[in-house]
Amino acid sequence: MATVDATAVGHGHDEHAHEHDDHHELSFFRTYIWSTDHKMIGIQFVVTTLFMLFVGGALALGVRWQLAFPNQAMPIVGNLLFANQGGQISPEFYTMLFTMHASVMIFLVIIPILAGAFGNFLIPLQIGADDMAFPTLNALSYWFMWPAIFCFFMSFVGGIFDGGGLTAGPASGWTSYPALSAIRSAAPGSGSAQTFWLLGLTFVGVSSMMGSVNYMTTIINMRAPGMTLFRMPLTIWSMFITAILQAFALPVLTAAGFMMLFDRLDFGGIHSCFFVPAGLVVNNAEPTVGGGQTLLWQHLFWFYSHPAVYIMLLPAMGMVSDMLSCMSRKPIFGYKPMVYSMAAIAGLGFIVWGHHMFTSGMNPALGMTFMTSTMMIALPSAIKTFNWIGTMWGGNLQFNTVMLNCVAFVSMFVVGGLSGIFMAAVPVDIYFHDTYFIVAHFHYVLFGATLFGVFGGITFWFPKACGRMMNEKIGKLHFLLSFIGFNGAFFPMHLLGISGMPRRYANPYLHPYLSHLLDMNRFITFSAILMGFAQFLLIGNILYSWFKGKKCGRNPWGANGLEWSAPSPPGHGNFDIPPVCYRGPHEYSSPLVEDRDFLMQTDPPPPPKEMIADADSSVGGSVTA
Amino acid sequence: MEKKFWVALFIVWPIVAVVLCAIAPSMGWWFPPNPAEPGSTGSASELGHRIDDLFYMILVITTVTFILTHIAIALVMWRGANAKEGQKAWFTHGSHSLEVIWTIVPAVILLFIAFVQLDVWAEFRVISTFPEDAKKAPVAEVTARQFEWRIRYPAPGKVLQDTPQPDDIYMVNELHVPSGKPVMIYLQTQDVQHAFFMPELRVKQDAVPGLRIPVWFEAEKSAKYTLVCAELCGWGHYKMGANVIAESDESFDAYIRKLQEEQNYDGVVADSDSEDDDEV
Repeated sequence: MATVDATAVGHGHDEHAHEHDDHHELSFFRTYIWSTDHKMIGIQFVVTTLFMLFVGGALALGVRWQLAFPNQAMPIVGNLLFANQGGQISPEFYTMLFTMHASVMIFLVIIPILAGAFGNFLIPLQIGADDMAFPTLNALSYWFMWPAIFCFFMSFVGGIFDGGGLTAGPASGWTSYPALSAIRSAAPGSGSAQTFWLLGLTFVGVSSMMGSVNYMTTIINMRAPGMTLFRMPLTIWSMFITAILQAFALPVLTAAGFMMLFDRLDFGGIHSCFFVPAGLVVNNAEPTVGGGQTLLWQHLFWFYSHPAVYIMLLPAMGMVSDMLSCMSRKPIFGYKPMVYSMAAIAGLGFIVWGHHMFTSGMNPALGMTFMTSTMMIALPSAIKTFNWIGTMWGGNLQFNTVMLNCVAFVSMFVVGGLSGIFMAAVPVDIYFHDTYFIVAHFHYVLFGATLFGVFGGITFWFPKACGRMMNEKIGKLHFLLSFIGFNGAFFPMHLLGISGMPRRYANPYLHPYLSHLLDMNRFITFSAILMGFAQFLLIGNILYSWFKGKKCGRNPWGANGLEWSAPSPPGHGNFDIPPVCYRGPHEYSSPLVEDRDFLMQTDPPPPPKEMIADADSSVGGSVTA
Repeated sequence: MEKKFWVALFIVWPIVAVVLCAIAPSMGWWFPPNPAEPGSTGSASELGHRIDDLFYMILVITTVTFILTHIAIALVMWRGANAKEGQKAWFTHGSHSLEVIWTIVPAVILLFIAFVQLDVWAEFRVISTFPEDAKKAPVAEVTARQFEWRIRYPAPGKVLQDTPQPDDIYMVNELHVPSGKPVMIYLQTQDVQHAFFMPELRVKQDAVPGLRIPVWFEAEKSAKYTLVCAELCGWGHYKMGANVIAESDESFDAYIRKLQEEQNYDGVVADSDSEDDDEV
């Protein structure tokens, strides 16, 4: 890549940037803890969510241990946690494990790493703003994660308050369906834990909402001169659409969460029955009173959580589009179709939630309409996939870590998208609902697609955040091991699902028709362990490169976005030269420039020919025609 | 060289995936065996066959799509790996006609998939299409509770009532139904949400608190089928299994009679039961 001149130009301005910074020397506390700088908040989000990735991964390995070696003493932590059970995982602990695995991964990893970390870091840089529209609100959106983390942690140990000890926790899955979640006696030991879980969920919602408002305002109001909507990088489009999704979907979940809280709490005269019908006899307790409806929770929950699935995917789609274009040294194939298809996914995303409820006993006519809308949402996803392949077609592919993770994103997304068609088809879903087929499907989308996109994104924007490149060799090894471990872990789950193995079983082998699946589950567990431990390479690479990585200039990838015209790392206020945007973000290999294969958004267009003839001195900018 | 390795990775993995799926049925990693037909993994019910057919139709379409997209990915990567150093990439912003083609073709296929599902779904779930005979005389009421299935049959010759009757017959974790004809049950739950899942018959229906849901199915042949819970219902969710025994009309009637006798048996020998008369 012809990056030398851009880098060289960069150094001169770096000094200027540092001078500029010195005027606003901030205390350690204001710089690293209560920072209102979007870049620091983004980094705070990355560090926090990567830590939570390990917490969620450890919980997943607990689940996998039980499925591979049911009722055998758990290594390392078994005797610490469950000494009085001979180190075995109890079924109620298993229930807590998968509940918290999903909750941590969704609410503390995937959503905050995409919107929180990448959104914060990239939005002002890519649109040419000096910070977010509301910097304090932005800091608050990060710090509201901590009450959420605290509440989720309390829900691990909440069993203590109810005399259940360490081994009981929230026991109704991340979907938290009533009546199991609404009636305290339905799951012994989960009384306080489930309540803390609901509070944690609410705090995550508050955090996301603050981010969402901020992102929308920033993107609408603070774009640099020339940055029209259709010159925005697709990352920004995806963040914008995600913010809209959050703003419209989240209030519903928050309301439902409070309704559930009122159902569970039993003091001060509050004891509602939104989700509890009359006459249930749970655990030999008194029959319930009231006239609630459990399906109401499912509707409200999925009205948020289905759009949330796209909140967990769209930003990765946007980032991968930009990265893939850069690493193919070729404009994105079909920029506008990419934007429109993301908008279509977001729009349709609001009218497909019922496909989680095909077997729930709701009106069967609804099943038909939800099936049709769900099938239609596969269409924009297909368009995006074809466009990604079209972007690579005839490109000058750079086989680096970023590129490989992006191709993995596309490849895994194809699998996750295609397996979705099975469960979108209502009659077929009758069989597949709540089996491991579903587990395979959403891991292919949420891990296979989103996380590989995130790995690529971390590698791609790391130089901008730290001024140093990440190590290529470790990066590629991390990719290879994650890719093998991931497919080894999740592809066979499709077959478990076809074999009819239900989700959330602490011991499926009790049932004769599932007993032969133990070997396959062991294979899955070994693959999951490989995948889990491969993530230490990622952390190692980040830490090593943070301090020892190869130093880089402003634009190490030869990329086009505005962020690459800022110093690496950008000082407070981001840009030393206020950026002006002249074109779209994907003008790679443009014939307008001959000496290099990129044309930055900030490069001024070449002057008309007669002006060149007239003027004897050079014209500004590095572009000559 | 290294580039070729990465291209190979994205060629090899889809091949491994397709081969794995191709050998899966012979390895036992496929639909559960049909207890009525040894060696078959086909469904044991007529509606189940149609669900299987829809599954295989989608499987063919998705497999073809999977292979084609991965050939395309491998091709573009292969071309990219062989691109000459220093040569610029093909400068294009896309193609309107290509976008139109790959919007319309998948749209038609997806709508086709959606519309062919409707009949089977309607027959399974829309109550006006339920088989008349089954609807008239529900076999039993199945009540899920943590963590077992409670079954209530009407007394021989009677019709199942909405509310329990004094002469109803009860059983736990074993549901008998006549084979070779559609039968209907009422599904409900006593406590939290459960799901009535019979994998071999391809039937699944949630038991929702506060609702009483009719479910029909047909076991074509007499055999012992599996019933498990498919909706998280608490710590013991995994062990909530039961048997569904489909048998001929005669043996079903005999079973109900035997159950009735056992239930009414008061432990007192034949000729000295006069004091218990008022209980009968």
